[in-house]
Amino acid sequence: MGLNPYLLVAAVMFVCGVVCMATKRNGIGILMGVELVLNGANINLVAFSKYGSIGLDGQIMSLFVIVLAAAEAAVALAIALNFYNNHLTIDVDQAAELQG
Amino acid sequence: MSPEFYNEVGSTLQWLLTAAWLLPLVGFLVEIFGGYWAGRKDKTPAYIAVGCIATGFVLSLIALFTWVDAADLNAWTMFVGDEAAVAAVDDGAAAGEHDHEHAGGHEEHAGHDGHGEGHGADDHHEVHANDPLKSAFAGTFYKLGKFGPLTLSLDYYIDGLTVAMFAMVTLIATCIHIFAIGYMSDELTEHYEDHFVHTHDGSHFHRPGRFYRFFAYLSLFCFSMLGLVLAGNIFQVFVFWELVGVCSYLLIGFYVERKTASNAANKAFIMNRVGDFGFLIGLMIIWTWFGTFSFAETNPETLGSQGLFQMVRNSEGQLDTEGEGIDRVVYLQAGGGTVRASKISADGESSGPIAMPYWLLIAAGLGIFAGCIGKSAQFPLQTWLPDAMEGPTPVSALVHSATMVAAGVYLVGRFYPMFTPEVLLVIAYVGCITLFIGATIAIVVNDIKQVLAYSTISQLGYMMLALGVGGWLAGLFHLITHAFFKSLMFLCSGSVIHGCHHEQDMRKMGGLYKKMPVTCWAMFVGVVAISGLAIPLITLPAVGAVALSGYHSKDAIVASALTFSSLNPVHGLLFFMPLITAGITAFYMFRMWFLTFFGEPKDEHVYDHAHESPRVMTAPLYILAFFAAFCAIGGEGGPLAKLILTTEPAHVAGGLTDAGNLALNLPSHHQIHENHAKAGAIALLVAFGGAILAYLFYCKRVVDAGVFKKQFAAVHQFLVEKWCFDELYDVMWVRPVHVVASWATAFDKYVLDAFLHFLSRLTLSVSNLDRKFDEMVVDRVVNVLGEVTFAAGSWMKVLQTGRLRQYVMFIAVSVVSLFVLLLVLMPR
Repeated sequence: MGLNPYLLVAAVMFVCGVVCMATKRNGIGILMGVELVLNGANINLVAFSKYGSIGLDGQIMSLFVIVLAAAEAAVALAIALNFYNNHLTIDVDQAAELQG
Repeated sequence: MSPEFYNEVGSTLQWLLTAAWLLPLVGFLVEIFGGYWAGRKDKTPAYIAVGCIATGFVLSLIALFTWVDAADLNAWTMFVGDEAAVAAVDDGAAAGEHDHEHAGGHEEHAGHDGHGEGHGADDHHEVHANDPLKSAFAGTFYKLGKFGPLTLSLDYYIDGLTVAMFAMVTLIATCIHIFAIGYMSDELTEHYEDHFVHTHDGSHFHRPGRFYRFFAYLSLFCFSMLGLVLAGNIFQVFVFWELVGVCSYLLIGFYVERKTASNAANKAFIMNRVGDFGFLIGLMIIWTWFGTFSFAETNPETLGSQGLFQMVRNSEGQLDTEGEGIDRVVYLQAGGGTVRASKISADGESSGPIAMPYWLLIAAGLGIFAGCIGKSAQFPLQTWLPDAMEGPTPVSALVHSATMVAAGVYLVGRFYPMFTPEVLLVIAYVGCITLFIGATIAIVVNDIKQVLAYSTISQLGYMMLALGVGGWLAGLFHLITHAFFKSLMFLCSGSVIHGCHHEQDMRKMGGLYKKMPVTCWAMFVGVVAISGLAIPLITLPAVGAVALSGYHSKDAIVASALTFSSLNPVHGLLFFMPLITAGITAFYMFRMWFLTFFGEPKDEHVYDHAHESPRVMTAPLYILAFFAAFCAIGGEGGPLAKLILTTEPAHVAGGLTDAGNLALNLPSHHQIHENHAKAGAIALLVAFGGAILAYLFYCKRVVDAGVFKKQFAAVHQFLVEKWCFDELYDVMWVRPVHVVASWATAFDKYVLDAFLHFLSRLTLSVSNLDRKFDEMVVDRVVNVLGEVTFAAGSWMKVLQTGRLRQYVMFIAVSVVSLFVLLLVLMPR
């Protein structure tokens, strides 16, 4: 099949994730966008592991990313929960308290 | 006399007189500090003071006897009649000369005998003050400093005059100290009430007593006066001159809180200073031309350095002058008057004799005499003495009658060789004017102390007159007799004042002889002495005329004056004034005596409470009365006169003809002796006239004095106003000083202050400018910086919206642009 289709899919996922992060008002939605980005990066890593010259390192890195994504999702959900406790909403447009 | 004996006698005298001089200083130091610690009610300071001065008197007496003994003074050869006197004294002189030659002497002889009266020929040239080794002992205590050729040192000069003055001053001071123990006894309290000072609520002023301080000041005064007499150079005389002035100031202003007393003290001191200005000019002239201040050098080893008396006159005692009028010069002498002193130029070569301009010598003499005018209250500086009566009576007795005011006369007598005939004429006229002023004012005053004060002025005028007309002995003789009878009279008046509870106005007294007999008859002795009364036509074999001391001295003065005016007819006034004033003196003195002690008591209150003074105050009266009566016993052949005569300057005895620029004739001893009887008779007549007139006016009340007062109202007023001298000096000096002071104030206020205000305004405007600069320039820069930073911050604040999605977009855009940049800038 070649490498490029995999890269393309990963890029599409990456961009979708970024757009999702940028446009969603829902905090959880933003987190989903983050997951999409990370998974897109994962696909890239696995693709290079199969079709590139980095061997198994790509797949190992991919495992690391999954673990880190999970940890980071936990932390992010904790933040979102705390945010909900304080503001009774998870609309990120309401999180503008750090404005100058 | 051998040099060893001379030195031995000299050093004995030196130690005795130095101890007598310094003891009162020790007393002063103890009293001024110890008296404060001992408490106000303690009489010990008085006892210390009396002890010091009485010991001084004993030492002075020993010195006197040592001197008389060493000088072989035939003290008790007194004249019986005129011829016998001359013969007897000439015998004494001849015997003395015999002794003189016998000792094989020349310069090492000391203590030349008394010459007494009637020298014989005018050409008798015995050397005295300008060969001082023969009659004086001088030396140095301590050298203070050397300024080029001038050496300033503490010297002493001891001769017959010195020991006589010491004895007189210490004796009178002792009597007055004892008197003051009684007189000042109301100061022995913690709570003295001063009746002359009122506080603002109208009551009298209370203060602690000041008994110890009075005696401390008296001791300091005695120290100063004795130092003046002992001084061996004219500068030291000046130092002690000022010191007695200070003591007088302290004592006159003893009642400090009384305005009159403090004004009087200021007046006394300031008028003295006016005279001292002339004194300083004289000192400067003397320094410039003579190069030394000391009177004479008697140490044979240092005979190279001369004293003033040895430099101004030659070995015959005459001034060595040349030229006429303004160009006249005096040649200064060296080597004991044998050769003219020569100028030593820088390389040690002598270049001609030192010729001092004669007019400068006159100026120096007048300058020194100006100091004497101030100190001895002569015209025109006489107004301070009556005001000085504000001090307690013992002060008036000691300071302002017997000692301090006599210092001027003493100095004229001591400094006699330096005075040219013109200066002597000025002295005579000043004395003449003064004696008349003093006597005329004394006729009209009503305060008992004021009468005595004006009498003192008048008698000091007599002394100056005598010295001026060439009667050197007469002037100093009168000095000593006057000291005794005037202090006696002052103490008697103090006794009266004390007995009448501080009443001094004679118009409130009268009839006091019953209440105070001792005082009355002691005063009588004084009054007779000053009037110069005697029992005429009787001469006792041993003592001469039957008279008290004042007769002899006044007799001598009148004789000198008569001789002078007969030798210089144009100066006839110099005889008539003292003659008339002798009558006036007798008049006002007896007036005072009669008003105080006789007649009906004018004020019942005063008379009822009057009492005789306690014994501590009357005992000195007895002593002084004895001396006032008998100190001049034998007149001019007597012991006192002979003692003084040992010091007479050489040129006096022989007289002078056509002397100086004014061609004056000064009388010799012989010429005075010829006129003696005539002068004495006239003077006695006038004195009796005055006394009888006073008796008629004030005792028998034959004529009412009030009628005379109305008749001569203008004259009376003029005399009561003290010849309007105070008003005159007010217009001449005080008002111009006020005017100048107002100019100075105006200058200070409108020029100096204006300048200072200008400076301050300038400073203010500069600081204002500074502030504006600070605000507008410096602050603006700082503010602009801050604003710029703030603006930048605000501008950048815009980026921080706080919106999460926006931040995500920024991240994404930045990453993309970074990659694009990377790919563009680093193509492979």
